[in-house]
Amino acid sequence: MTLNKDNSMIKSYDISKEKLENLKRQKSAIQLRKRRIRTGLRLALNILVVLIILLPLLYAVSIAFMPTGELFTTELNLFPKNPTFSNFTDALNNIPLVRFILNSFLVAGCITIGQIITCSLAAFAFSFLNFKAKNVLFMIVMATMMIPGEATIISNYLTVAKMGILDTYAVLIMPSLTSAMGIFLFRQFYMTFPKSLYESAKLDGCTNLRFIVSILMPLTKSAIGAMGVYTFINAWNMYMWPLLVTGSDKMRTVQVGLSMLNSLDSQSIPLTIAGVVMVILPSILIFILGQKQLIKGMFSGAVKG
Amino acid sequence: MEKKAFPYCYLIPSFLVFCVFLFYPFFKTVYLSLYKTNNMGEAKIFVGLGNYIDLLTSSSFQNSLKVTIIFVVIVVFASMFLGLVTAVLCNKNFPAIRFFSTAYAMPMAIASSSAAMIFNIMLNPSVGIVNKLLNLNVNWLNDTNTALFCVAFLTAWLNSGINFLYFSAGLGNIDETIYERASIDGASSVQQFFFLTLPNLSPILFYTLVVNIIQAFQSFGQIKILTEGGPTESTNVIVYSIYRDAFFNYKFGDAAAQSIILFIIIMIVTLIMFKIEKKGVKY
Repeated sequence: MTLNKDNSMIKSYDISKEKLENLKRQKSAIQLRKRRIRTGLRLALNILVVLIILLPLLYAVSIAFMPTGELFTTELNLFPKNPTFSNFTDALNNIPLVRFILNSFLVAGCITIGQIITCSLAAFAFSFLNFKAKNVLFMIVMATMMIPGEATIISNYLTVAKMGILDTYAVLIMPSLTSAMGIFLFRQFYMTFPKSLYESAKLDGCTNLRFIVSILMPLTKSAIGAMGVYTFINAWNMYMWPLLVTGSDKMRTVQVGLSMLNSLDSQSIPLTIAGVVMVILPSILIFILGQKQLIKGMFSGAVKG
Repeated sequence: MEKKAFPYCYLIPSFLVFCVFLFYPFFKTVYLSLYKTNNMGEAKIFVGLGNYIDLLTSSSFQNSLKVTIIFVVIVVFASMFLGLVTAVLCNKNFPAIRFFSTAYAMPMAIASSSAAMIFNIMLNPSVGIVNKLLNLNVNWLNDTNTALFCVAFLTAWLNSGINFLYFSAGLGNIDETIYERASIDGASSVQQFFFLTLPNLSPILFYTLVVNIIQAFQSFGQIKILTEGGPTESTNVIVYSIYRDAFFNYKFGDAAAQSIILFIIIMIVTLIMFKIEKKGVKY
């Protein structure tokens, strides 16, 4: 019955089929043009905004390639006329930049690895094990996020000064070896992990530690990636703590080491900026490579509400 | 017995670090804030709330508070605005969207100190690009009227990257069909933005607001490098004032009291925000 009815309906519209097609084509042409204009507008707006956002970085790159003479003019000098690498080589020769970069890589690397270990262990306990005061302890961890670094930095400085470990790698690394955010992030991931997998692993005689290392961590790689990228960038960019606890060029990290040069004479501006560009590069590279992981990890349920 | 102690073993590494570098120093800071200290930071004379009273009545600290509030308001407003605009621009698909979204998020990878060094050149009165582009002759960082604004703008730029990510995630969560229905009903895109996008974005807007306020209060590197609190204390935000009092004037007790005041301010702001959230934010 219904089929017949449908057929008859189609037939009754048959007459205007050609007209309809024409109308449709016209309409879609208009829409296509509209959409194209919109996309074009969007692209143009984006190009404008991206130029504003990236201006500081582009300008820094441009100055880094500029011969000193070209910088000190009253003319508008957006691009170097005779680009040169000499600022970079000068920077490498005059500043212990390689040492700074190695220090930063070492410190940021240790902090990242350390945080991944401590945070995943704690998060494992909070999501797979049952013990007394579990919720209270977790609340305490969360509450630490409220304490700003400045509320502890003076006492921390006094502590490490008394311990006599100023100006060492240990003092740069130790205070950052765990983070509430990391524990929270990992726990968030572990909560969605099938409990049955843990139980069957236990039945097979797998120890907790082995379960973490060979099952849990490989299966939550994206969380580790997100956390790793975030931690590394933050550690690479650390400023206040290294400023307080390092006293010699041997131990300075990139951010502190470079900013010490900032007060030098204006002739060294291009050299300093060349240094800045070299120092920004690793964090930008890691950001670009890890961006996908970072976004996936940061926003998988953690931010929804 | 062994089994009962077992779970706590996994917490030991984290809690060891928390105890030594967070809980202990936090309580020590509270303790120090109640004392006058010597040059070595040892508590010498108990003064009770004396340090706090001295601070709250000193014109220098009142100035710091005022400067901090202005700074935080500018930073939060500007960085959220930048984040929102860029996120809306990248909301629909278009050619090279991946390049643009990477670029908008990029500032989050940049250190405050590196950025400060770049801005230092950009704002240089004679060779800087800002004066050249705007055809002005302003000594941005040495003028009490502009210095705070410059430092705040730099901070807003730095924070805009992560705001872009937050807002993009928020926009991605909005159901597309409500826009379709709205445009059938004849709503313009401006109306759609204010009556659909913003209300639907409110949970993430709120979260971002809290994070931004907390972050803005703690800005340090850019101020240390660009202005060192000057000119005439016009950029002397609380964090910089703490740094100067502790590590230049060796007034650790005073600095500790300022740290605690900062902690209390951040806590109150956070609590108020969550109170408002319960009433106002639509989920």
